Amino acid sequence: MRRSAAELAADLAAGETTSVELTQASLDRIAEVDGEVHAFLHVDADGALAQAAESDARRAAGDPASLLDGVPIAVKDVLTTKGLPTTCGSRILEGWVPPYDATVVTRLREAGLPILGKTNMDEFAMGSSTEHSAYGPTHNPWDLGRIPGGSGGGSAAAVASFQAPLALGTDTGGSIRQPGAVTGTVGVKPTYGGVSRYGLVALANSLDQVGPVTRTVLDAALLHEVIGGHDPRDSTSVDQPVGALVDAARQGADADLRGVRIGVVKELGGEGYQAGVQARFEESVELLVGAGAEVVEVSCPHFVHALATYYLILPAEASSNLAKFDAMRYGLRVLPEGIEAPSAEDVMRATREAGFGDEVKRRIILGTYALSSGYYDAYYGQAQKVRTLISRDFTAAFEQADVLVSPTAPTTAFKLGEKLDDPIAMYLNDLATIPANLSGVPGISVPSGLADEDGLPAGFQVLAPALADDRCYRVGAALEALLLDRWGGPLLDRAPALGGTA
Amino acid sequence: MAEITRDELAHLATLARIDLTDAELDHLAPQLSVILESVASIQEVSDADVPPTSHALPLTNVFREDVVVPSLTPEEALSGAPEQEQQRFLVPRILGDEQ
Repeated sequence: MRRSAAELAADLAAGETTSVELTQASLDRIAEVDGEVHAFLHVDADGALAQAAESDARRAAGDPASLLDGVPIAVKDVLTTKGLPTTCGSRILEGWVPPYDATVVTRLREAGLPILGKTNMDEFAMGSSTEHSAYGPTHNPWDLGRIPGGSGGGSAAAVASFQAPLALGTDTGGSIRQPGAVTGTVGVKPTYGGVSRYGLVALANSLDQVGPVTRTVLDAALLHEVIGGHDPRDSTSVDQPVGALVDAARQGADADLRGVRIGVVKELGGEGYQAGVQARFEESVELLVGAGAEVVEVSCPHFVHALATYYLILPAEASSNLAKFDAMRYGLRVLPEGIEAPSAEDVMRATREAGFGDEVKRRIILGTYALSSGYYDAYYGQAQKVRTLISRDFTAAFEQADVLVSPTAPTTAFKLGEKLDDPIAMYLNDLATIPANLSGVPGISVPSGLADEDGLPAGFQVLAPALADDRCYRVGAALEALLLDRWGGPLLDRAPALGGTA
Repeated sequence: MAEITRDELAHLATLARIDLTDAELDHLAPQLSVILESVASIQEVSDADVPPTSHALPLTNVFREDVVVPSLTPEEALSGAPEQEQQRFLVPRILGDEQ
């Protein structure tokens, strides 16, 4: 169960194991530890085992559908799955079973990956801790009293606690990368448009992107190649090949970075960043220099406004996207009390009151405000202009460096409940990850070690220009190889054992 | 100073079609004011001649061939409906008394 997806795929290819065995082992592990972790909202044991049996039949016939055929996977509950509940962590979609698959789910099925179930998340992906899930929080496998990051805390925790070798997440402002950082796993936000959003329930459609959640950089590249590429059903999908990401990850593992220019972003570090997180970051940069990389410091002066820009653009888009939850065609319908023959609008208001949690209400109302006449220019219009300036900062920085690097999140995992009712403190978690979403560039988070203060994992972020996702994989794999060598084994080997009390 | 009063919040909630309880109004109004204050710094950024970005990629219209492709069956499309009748979504009355 602790083996990587690449190793499991090799075992399958060599006939040393079967997909049914692997899938059953995952299901057993879920039964053993998910009572403590709560990474899954729904487990589909029968469906996964049936898909595994089909995979084994293909392997037996010498006709595997892909390299990863038979390796089980968990899917974030914001992606539609035909016949499997999809709640987005919200009461308003409780019990909803979509009649169609997201394109990325279709691609998983075509590639033969058995789908174990759906993972927990902040409601409609709004949050950085998975505490905003209407179905209760996910717990960090490193310390069950702490948050697993968010919004994709379920996917990251599932992978970190060996319940699944692979998972899919979505990243709107860091929801793949920040959970990766605080759980000691790998997470990738691909270039905007690089992976289809069809069937991804939109939070902020100009920022959302689906990506891999894994334990190794190579596994992420393998999964990225399965889900990536053009989809006519997503009009923002880029009509270009996904690129040689697996090759880039394999090349990176040689840890030879001669000729690669690494840009340390001045604005993404130092003040506001936990000392232990900053220390692991600086050590990682030293290791990359030791592997031949050239380091330059770059300045992206408008990044200081990225958080404000994001928290105007995101609520504005979200308030519009979530208007579809109107109690008419699917999802919850609540009739208001004390109104005889209520109108559609009365029902809508009562349903949204009952079906949405605090954070969703906060953001919808903030977005409504930012888009309302009289405030539009000062808030939403201005944010769109600053978004341009942030993209220009990236363009200038990528003239000096091939990749940009920073700590992924400013701190390690905080305690459950600590920031739940303090939106601004919660939003600061996304400080370093948000600029990539605003500009559409790809990013990866790779474990950088444990912070001295608390012994909890920290993450190292690598950003590359749009459509140069391969650079994230090359540099990420190089750092991973260098750190594995230093640690003498994977970081997750140092996480406490789970399952003792289940 | 940017601020959202309790009355404004009630109005915004109406626009957003969300009923809020008195307790929620009391709780959310100050929180939204704090959030607004923290994003207000964006107004200080010089924006002369900066075009707005609505999207990460420069995209113009995307077309496909005008051919029929499979889509959901009526049963599938109605499968999540809170109520249905004669292969249609059944909804509460749309018009109010004053209309």
